[in-house]
Amino acid sequence: MPLVKGGQIVADRYVRILDDAPIPANGAMLVPAERFLADASELIARQAETGVIWPNNRDIDELGPYLDRLALVALVFPKFQDGRAYSQARILRERLGYRGELRATGQVLRDQFVFMLRAGFDTFEVKKEADAKVFGEVAQRYSVFYQPTGDGRSPAFRQRLQGFATRAPALRGAGR
Amino acid sequence: MYIHDEFDSTLLKERVDEFRDQVRRRLSGELTEDEFKSLRLMNGVYLQLHAYMLRIAIPYGTLSSTQMRMLAHVARKYDRGYGHFTTRQNIQFNWIKLSDLPDATADLASVGVHGIQTSGNCIRNVTTDQWAGVAPGEVDDPRIWAELLRQYSTLHPEFSFLPRKFKIAVTASDHDRAAVKIHDIGLRLHRNGAGEMGFEVLVGGGLGRTPFIGKTIKPFVARRDILTYIEAILRVYNQYGRRDNIYKARIKILVHELGIDKFAREVEDEWLSIKDGALALDEAVIADIRSRFKYPAYEKLTDNPDELKQALADPTFKAWYRNSVSHHRVPGYGIVTLSLKPVGGPPGDATAEQMDAIADLADRYAFGEIRVGHEQNLCFPSVAKRDLPALWRGLDAIGVATPNVNLVSDIIACPGLDYCSLANARAIPVAQEITRRFADHDTANLIGRLHINISGCINACGHHHVGHIGILGVEKNGEEFYQVTIGGRADEGAVVGTLIGPAVPYAQVANVVEDIVEAYLDLRLRPDELFIDTVKRLGVEPFKERAYATG
Amino acid sequence: MTSPLQQKLKITGPSIVTANRTGDGAVIYRTSSNGWSTELSDAAVVRTADDAKALWAEAMADDLGAIGSYIAPVEVGSDGSIEPGNIREAIRLRGTTFALPASA
Repeated sequence: MPLVKGGQIVADRYVRILDDAPIPANGAMLVPAERFLADASELIARQAETGVIWPNNRDIDELGPYLDRLALVALVFPKFQDGRAYSQARILRERLGYRGELRATGQVLRDQFVFMLRAGFDTFEVKKEADAKVFGEVAQRYSVFYQPTGDGRSPAFRQRLQGFATRAPALRGAGR
Repeated sequence: MYIHDEFDSTLLKERVDEFRDQVRRRLSGELTEDEFKSLRLMNGVYLQLHAYMLRIAIPYGTLSSTQMRMLAHVARKYDRGYGHFTTRQNIQFNWIKLSDLPDATADLASVGVHGIQTSGNCIRNVTTDQWAGVAPGEVDDPRIWAELLRQYSTLHPEFSFLPRKFKIAVTASDHDRAAVKIHDIGLRLHRNGAGEMGFEVLVGGGLGRTPFIGKTIKPFVARRDILTYIEAILRVYNQYGRRDNIYKARIKILVHELGIDKFAREVEDEWLSIKDGALALDEAVIADIRSRFKYPAYEKLTDNPDELKQALADPTFKAWYRNSVSHHRVPGYGIVTLSLKPVGGPPGDATAEQMDAIADLADRYAFGEIRVGHEQNLCFPSVAKRDLPALWRGLDAIGVATPNVNLVSDIIACPGLDYCSLANARAIPVAQEITRRFADHDTANLIGRLHINISGCINACGHHHVGHIGILGVEKNGEEFYQVTIGGRADEGAVVGTLIGPAVPYAQVANVVEDIVEAYLDLRLRPDELFIDTVKRLGVEPFKERAYATG
Repeated sequence: MTSPLQQKLKITGPSIVTANRTGDGAVIYRTSSNGWSTELSDAAVVRTADDAKALWAEAMADDLGAIGSYIAPVEVGSDGSIEPGNIREAIRLRGTTFALPASA
């Protein structure tokens, strides 16, 4: 599954650790939530980057105490139609102030890229190669947004007050 | 009328381009139906029995004559020459080809009309009172708030994949014509004890398999806070609403399972963390949206002009005037309802020719503005009373001046098994037969206000639970049967009707309705005791006895 | 989730497989020659659950041509004529049970 970052397909530096596999001393790794919470203090004490895969039915606030030590949070879209991780993403970015990598995983298709970017995701494990290739183009599809999110774009109702000419730049993370 | 600007038209154009690409990918096989389905639904495209169906939103029920002509054009060019106005201020085209949809949506977008979020598990078309802005005694024009909500909810990055669909309605009158108590969120604009304008917020109303009347979650939310408060409700629902069972996924079930108090606390906690964020509304933003609504330049006119006095000598005009013209907040003007319920016709349908003629009449007599109400009728919100006789002749000529508004033959009906892939039984022919039984206007007037609502399945698109008489089609061993409820209502006193007895076969439904109405005429205390009040006073028993007496 | 094809299937009498055509949504019936027809008289009639399943599986494999395939009951006359087996299918075949408001 191709990983898209900054609009480009990139190699994934993170190694996924299964629930009972030993923790490597070095190298970026990505662990499931249960495993992370069981050994959190040990894991975040490692020298290399640690990421966590957080399921969409678990309270994201539980991650609060660890966020400044986490390099990656991977949220999950088990189905295209299951939108819980959009809320988790916004809470992470906008309320908990998480600034690390926020990755969309699971059923990640081109038709959600704009929503995901706006919700705060910046990397994407894209289901289809063809979708990953057109990421940059698709991400720029919309130039008008009606609602404010943590992506910093000014919504239409505020931009109107300043006139149409001062439109915000392209979505952050859309790359090119 | 809301004046669309470059933001609105740019977004629609971008959306049409995206949809065109999605349809192309589907037709070329790049997308499977499974993948395409939620994309087409988000653009209002369903698959029904005979064909695809396109549902177009009419935000807060307001249409310009230009937009109405475009609906006629789409009906003519891409469909079979007519459209169906629904109970949610939408219009549906029943025979559209997938391959034509990108062009049809591009044509609609050219006049600011679209099908975005008329389906799918997202925030649906925000509805309001069809008399918004012209009804006497309104606290504010609720369309300003509906428009803010429309913009807020359009392509919302967080709430486009909710557990289930989400409907919001707004009213600003004491008399609720927007049925806010049967919506996922109902908003009632009012002034509090200190004279400040704000919203009573209701949550968890809805019909379907498990009907609930909405509960007040917060009696007063200030205007600046309304979007943040709604965002908090949606965020709680998006995370905790059930996704394991489609019949338990609406917010009403979450509210019911948690209890309104616990649900309200969850929302309050969430809201406190976002209430002063970027979504808080300042007066400048509200004023800007308000300034985009253009009101007619009303003249100073007499409330009883000679043209009207003379025309009232004609009993046919008089019957229509008394039935279909309502008080306007400006003297000398009236609100005119156009009945889409001709005797023997499918409720809510209008042909392309009628739509064009209605657009012309709106330009001539009604400042070019048309409204759509949840009762599946149209409305001219502002007509000078001196023009009423001429307007009436024009409306009568195209068959939309039946004087039956709010009467027994003004029936709400879903498309039912004649069109809908979810239906178990037909609804339209049942409505047609009932209107034939009550075709005589004197009888209908004698009966007075009476709302019959018919749904062809438990999903309740025909709002049967809240009909004064509600009719629900079910299937039994391959045959169509109908359950009858009485005593429901959708207004400020919203209540779910009570079942009067076992379901009856198709051929019996109109007879049962006649029996119920006859029982009412016998039982009412005075001619002005409405059907709904007689049912409230006596309960269902006396009606049940009469309805089942003859089998 | 189990695919519908893996679920137990019962049919109570002669059946056909029907769907809507992807491009225009028209009602279509699966024929015995691996294709589709808008005429019910061209439909392949199956009488056992296994045959019905096989015909349905073929239909579902044609995702590009047809959507929403399902098995529907029919009645077969002594002359071999095929009639819809329920009111829903009768409406799909013949259209609404009332006149449309405007002709095309």
